[in-house]
Amino acid sequence: MDKSRRNFIRLASLSALGMGAAPALARAETASAVYTETTEAADMYGPNANALEGTHWGMVIDTTKLTTPEDIAPIVEACHSIHNVPDIGNDQEIKWIWSATFHESFTEKHNHYLAEEIHERPFLLLCNHCEHPPCCRVCPTQATFKRESDGVVLMDFHRCIGCRFCMAACPYGARSFNFGDPRPYISQINHEFPTRTRGVVEKCNFCAERLAKGEEPACVEASNGAIIFGDLDDPHSEVREVLKEHFTIRRKPTLGTQPSVYYII
Amino acid sequence: MLEKALKGKPSYWIWLFVLLSLIGTASIVYIFQLVYGLQITGMSRDVSWGLYISQLTYLVGVAASAVMLVLPAYFHHYKEFKRMIILGEFMAIAAVMMCMLFVLVDLGQPQRMLNIFMYPSPNSILFWDAIVLNVYMILNIIIGWITLQAERNQVDPPKWIKKVIYLSIIWAFSIHTVTAFLYSGLPGRHYWLTAIMAARFLSSAFCSGPAILLLLALLLKKLTEFDPGTQAIKTLAKIITYAMCVNVFFFLLELFTAFYSGIPGHQAPIIYLFSGWEGHAEWVAFMWTAAALAILSLVLLIPAKFRDNHALLPWTLAILVIATWIDKGIGLMVGGFTPNVYEAVTPYTPSLWEIIITLGVYGIGALILTVLWKVAVGVKQEVGTAT
Ligand code: SF4
Ligand code: SF4
Ligand code: SF4
Repeated sequence: MDKSRRNFIRLASLSALGMGAAPALARAETASAVYTETTEAADMYGPNANALEGTHWGMVIDTTKLTTPEDIAPIVEACHSIHNVPDIGNDQEIKWIWSATFHESFTEKHNHYLAEEIHERPFLLLCNHCEHPPCCRVCPTQATFKRESDGVVLMDFHRCIGCRFCMAACPYGARSFNFGDPRPYISQINHEFPTRTRGVVEKCNFCAERLAKGEEPACVEASNGAIIFGDLDDPHSEVREVLKEHFTIRRKPTLGTQPSVYYII
Repeated sequence: MLEKALKGKPSYWIWLFVLLSLIGTASIVYIFQLVYGLQITGMSRDVSWGLYISQLTYLVGVAASAVMLVLPAYFHHYKEFKRMIILGEFMAIAAVMMCMLFVLVDLGQPQRMLNIFMYPSPNSILFWDAIVLNVYMILNIIIGWITLQAERNQVDPPKWIKKVIYLSIIWAFSIHTVTAFLYSGLPGRHYWLTAIMAARFLSSAFCSGPAILLLLALLLKKLTEFDPGTQAIKTLAKIITYAMCVNVFFFLLELFTAFYSGIPGHQAPIIYLFSGWEGHAEWVAFMWTAAALAILSLVLLIPAKFRDNHALLPWTLAILVIATWIDKGIGLMVGGFTPNVYEAVTPYTPSLWEIIITLGVYGIGALILTVLWKVAVGVKQEVGTAT
């Protein structure tokens, strides 16, 4: 039941069904029962033959290619517009991907005399899709969970009770909470993706909905090659080739979370 | 026995009315919170827990502190506490009730609360906290009711209740340990990531909880015929003194580790709390007040001649309660989130609405406590064990 419900929700979020982000769990439960009974639906929503396949998705961000706010803005815009991320504009804001200074991004790597250019450079931050994600460890409802098949850390917006334990646990500030109804703050709603309701947590989903259709994450597509995405488990993947050739760092490696996002500095 | 709560002097009814109006006002604000979401609070993306969850933490300690009466009475057969025990058990019920309400008002989706039990997640400490708190409340309801009933009927309580009482003693330690684990297992929150957190929680609970209990018991003595007994007051004051000494000692241990090791992450929250960080000093005055009051409370507790001065004692206890409340009821939360994960400061101060809802929950706790204590004192007066 657990799995089928979750699969349903994942699929529903791709379809128009998920758009209203049905608030009542009961509704999702009945809907899921209907779904399993309808074989037609199974065909319709079955796995896409083009779906990207991997067992541990990861990302390398080449920060040498993203040096100005103008380089960053379209990437953030690409993600936030397709995922209906509202623009709230105060400290209760919601963001899936954003930029910060070196000091804020790599708090364990302070130097007194940092190269001026690095000091100025913006660094893209997003969920690290940790191998050992503390957010999932603390969640009392398994509303946030690591998908075993490909290591992506996902959210079930219908199950989340909004306790925000995951926000206290994430050492990267990757999670946002819907303090109010987000919909009035979305300039243009993308009907292909669900909007969220007030009172739940959200974050970058590594574009799980695009991977399922065979597309790379939107931020990767918008980055003009500055972000490389691929299967970290596959030694011949592009990410692994890039990691072989460049020195990279990850955020807060001493905490043992094993981030899947690497940075070329 | 509940009928005892239905008879009272006008002042009793006025007090209930005051509490009910407070609860009513807070309920209206809570309805706004339900409609508009937690945006009406002072919490933010970077400080995602605030006054509500810190009250949960403080009150779990108050609930656990009943054990400071029960343990001497049952493990050491210390008779002097027998009269007051029921007050401690009933206070624990009120405190746990408030804890659960504070979790509830903090949830973004309270109507989904039962998901915690529908999708049991043993790796989540919050799941365990919900379980141990519920069980602790049930234990105290059973114990309180059965023993009070026996007292009323002037018979010995049934034998099996002793086993339940022993269980509740161990359970009291568990509720506060589990609550400490909510914090002390999170990577990247330096102020919380400390092995001594559970010990600190217990020590602060065992001074602040009995202090609140004793304060209220002294008030009860003024208002009713009930008398906790001079010897019981003295002993409890002594327990409070030891616990406060340990509490302050544990805090100094934190300071040593942070500042002797010189590790910036460990120092940062303490520096922020006590002297400000990057121009932010929202809580400095509070923290120094807490420190000064903690020392003052020790000065008034350690010498027996101050401690046994029962005109002074209520003041001492109040000072101690304020000091421990600032430390655990707000400082702990703010320090855990500030500086935030980017080593920057997003200041947090609770909003007025948040404060009203918090007071409303305290109002519910006070209401439960009033009714339960009224019953307890009523029974004791009836059978002549009130003094
Ligand atoms: S970055 Fe944070 S939210 Fe993302 S998986 Fe890691 S701990 Fe969880
Ligand atoms: S806020 Fe939601 S996802 Fe986060 S820990 Fe609570 S239930 Fe889980
Ligand atoms: S992977 Fe997808 S969801 Fe995550 S930041 Fe990039 S575009 Fe946004």
